[in-house]
Amino acid sequence: MAIQQLDPAMIPYQVLDPEGSVVNPVPDLSAERLLSLYRFMQQGRAFSNKIIALQRQGRATTFGSLVGQEATAVGLAAPMQAQDWLTSSYREIASLMVRGIPLPTLIYSFRGMTAPNYPREARCLPIQIVIGTQLIHAVGLALAAKIAGDPAVAVGVCGDGATSEGDFNEALNFAGVFQAPVVIVVQNNGWAISVPRAKQSAAPSFAARGAGFGLPSALVDGNDILAVYTVMQQAIERARSGQGPTLVETLTYRIGAHTTADDPTRYRDAAEVEFWQSKDPIKRFRAYLVQRGLLTEEQDQQLIAAIEEEINEAVPVAEAMPAMAPDSFFNNTFAEPFPRLQEQRAEMLRYVKPQ
Amino acid sequence: MQMTMIEALNNALALELERDERVVVFGEDIGVNGGVFRVTEHLQKQFGEKRVFDTPLAESGIIGSAIGMSIYGLRPIAEIQFAGFLFLCMSQLVTQAARMRFRSAGAFTCPMVVRAPYGGGVRTPELHSDSLEGIFLQTPGIKVVIPSNPYDAKGLLAAAVADPDPVLFLENIKLYRSFRQETPQEYYTVPLSKARIVQEGTDASVFAYGAMVPVALEAAKQIQQENGASVEVIDLRTVWPLDEEAIVASVTKTGRAVVIHEAPRAGGIGAEVTAIINERCLYSLLAPVGRVTGYDTPYPVPGLEDYYLPNVPKTLDALRRVME
Repeated sequence: MAIQQLDPAMIPYQVLDPEGSVVNPVPDLSAERLLSLYRFMQQGRAFSNKIIALQRQGRATTFGSLVGQEATAVGLAAPMQAQDWLTSSYREIASLMVRGIPLPTLIYSFRGMTAPNYPREARCLPIQIVIGTQLIHAVGLALAAKIAGDPAVAVGVCGDGATSEGDFNEALNFAGVFQAPVVIVVQNNGWAISVPRAKQSAAPSFAARGAGFGLPSALVDGNDILAVYTVMQQAIERARSGQGPTLVETLTYRIGAHTTADDPTRYRDAAEVEFWQSKDPIKRFRAYLVQRGLLTEEQDQQLIAAIEEEINEAVPVAEAMPAMAPDSFFNNTFAEPFPRLQEQRAEMLRYVKPQ
Repeated sequence: MQMTMIEALNNALALELERDERVVVFGEDIGVNGGVFRVTEHLQKQFGEKRVFDTPLAESGIIGSAIGMSIYGLRPIAEIQFAGFLFLCMSQLVTQAARMRFRSAGAFTCPMVVRAPYGGGVRTPELHSDSLEGIFLQTPGIKVVIPSNPYDAKGLLAAAVADPDPVLFLENIKLYRSFRQETPQEYYTVPLSKARIVQEGTDASVFAYGAMVPVALEAAKQIQQENGASVEVIDLRTVWPLDEEAIVASVTKTGRAVVIHEAPRAGGIGAEVTAIINERCLYSLLAPVGRVTGYDTPYPVPGLEDYYLPNVPKTLDALRRVME
C-alpha cells in the first residue's frame, strides 16, 4: 500500500525511476489505457503551449501553463469514475480533459468568455481562481455522496501555496471529522508565483500535514504518471469503500511561468528549471512505453502530430463560437431576474453598438 | 520628477521605510519579485528581508499578523495581491482591525495600511477586477482611500501610514501605468477625507474616484462642447469617511449631481453620496441625483467587462438627464 506512510522523512512513491525503469509494481492497465494516459499528457502540454501562443497574439486571456505537471494532472483524474467529482484550481487543465471537457469549451474560456453548455455530467466544478477554496467543496460533495449512500468520491486539488490558506486546513479537518469519501491532492510544483516551497511551510512535507488532522497520506513522485495513478487509485478506492479521506502530495515542478502575466527569471535560477527538465514526466513515461514495446519513435511522432492537429482544429471551432451576448452577464445572477436587474439590462443595452 | 502611479507608490513606500524604523512591508510576492505589479520593486534589496518580506499564501494570515504587529507598535503596510482576495481576510479586517480600538476602549489600536489593486478594464481573470469599496461603508472603523493620480497616490499613502487607524488603500490597476505626472521625490502628505475639485463648474457636479476621474473629465469636456454646460468634477479621493462638506458645497452651487463608480450600484458610494445630498442640501437640487456605476451583478468575464463598466457615453447621458 502506497498510502499510510506517515514518516515525515517519507520518500516519494515511484513506479518508474526518471529513466523510465520499473521500481515498483506497475498498475494493471491495458496497453490501450497506458497509451491513452500518455496521449492525455501530450495533449495537456500541447494545449498549454497553444494557449500561451494565442495569448501572445492577443487571442487568449491570462493563462497558467501546466507544462511539467502533466503526470500529476492526468494521473489524479484517470482513476476516477464517471460518478466522481473533481474540484480543481487553474493548473489542472489536463485533468479536465481526462474528465471529458471538450477542447473548444476550454479554449473558449480562454477567450475571456464562459462557454455555453458546460458539461455538468463531467462533474468538474469550474476552474477555481480563489486559492484552496475548492477543497472544501470537494469535501461537501463527498459528504453529500456519503449521506445519499452513493458510491461517489470527490477529488479536490490545490497547489503548494494553497496549503497556507485557512480553507486547506478546514477542508482536511472536515474530511477527517466526517470521514468524507474525498481525496485531497496537493500538487507541489515548488513555487507559489515567486515564493519557493521552503518559504511556504516549515512542515517537512505537505503529506505529513495529514497526520495532524487524522488523515492517512502519501507522498508521490508527481512526475511519475504510474505512481500518481497507483496512489490515486488506492486513495479513491479507500474512499469509495468507506475507509475515509486521504491526503496526497505529488512532488512536481512548474517548468513555466505562474501565468502569462509572470516572469520567473526575476526570482528563480535557470539551473533549477534545467534540473527539473531532466525529470520530465512525459520523457519518463515515453521511455517506459518504448521499453515495453508499446510505442515506437515513429508512432510517438505521429501521435504528437495528431494531437497538434486536433488542437489546431479546436481553436477555430472555439473562435467561431459566437461571442457571449453583451447583456448575458445579467442572466445568471439569480434564477429569476428581478425588475431592477431587468432595468439595468435595458439601460446597458442602450450603449451596445450594433455588431 | 515625472512618475507613474506605480513609481509614485514605490517612492512613497521607500520613504516610509527610510524615515520610520517601525514600518514593515509584506505580502505575497512583494519581496524578490517586487509585487505582481512591481509596486514594491527593489524595496527588499534596499531595506532587507526583515522589513520587506514575502508571506505564505494566506490573506487572513497577512491581515491578522498586521493587526498583531500594529498593536505591538510597528507600522505594517500589508499588500493583498488583488482586492478580490480581500474576501479571504474579511474576518480579520472587519471583526478585528476595524474594531480593535472600539472593543478595547482605545487601549489597543491598529495603525496599519492594507494596499490592494482593484478595478476593471484590463482583462484579468475572475476576481482580479472587482471593486469592493462599498462593502467597507458598512465596516465602521476602517478608512478607504482610492487615489486617481500619481501625486495623490504618493501623498495619500503617506497620510494613510501616518493615520492612527487602519486604512484600506485601493489602487486602480488601469491607472498604475496609464500616465505620468510631476511628483516630488521628497516626503509630503495629501490629507485623508479631503476631496479635490479637479475642475470647477457651475451647472452640475460629478463625483468620481480612481479610474472614473478621467471618465468624468472627458464627459464634462464633451457636454461643454455639446451645450456649453460648465461641469464641476470632484475627486473624492477618500471614499470613507467622505468629505461631506465638499459634496454639499458643490451641489449647493450647481444644483445637479452625478456619481460614478465601477462598483455595483446597490448600497455603494453613489448611494451614500446621494443620501448625504438628500439630508444636507435637498432643496438645492434641481434634478434627481444620477448614478453611473457597475451593475448589480458579479463582475463579468473579460469578454464582457466593457459593457459592465461606466464609460463616457453613460456619464454623458447621466449629465444630460440631470440637466434636462
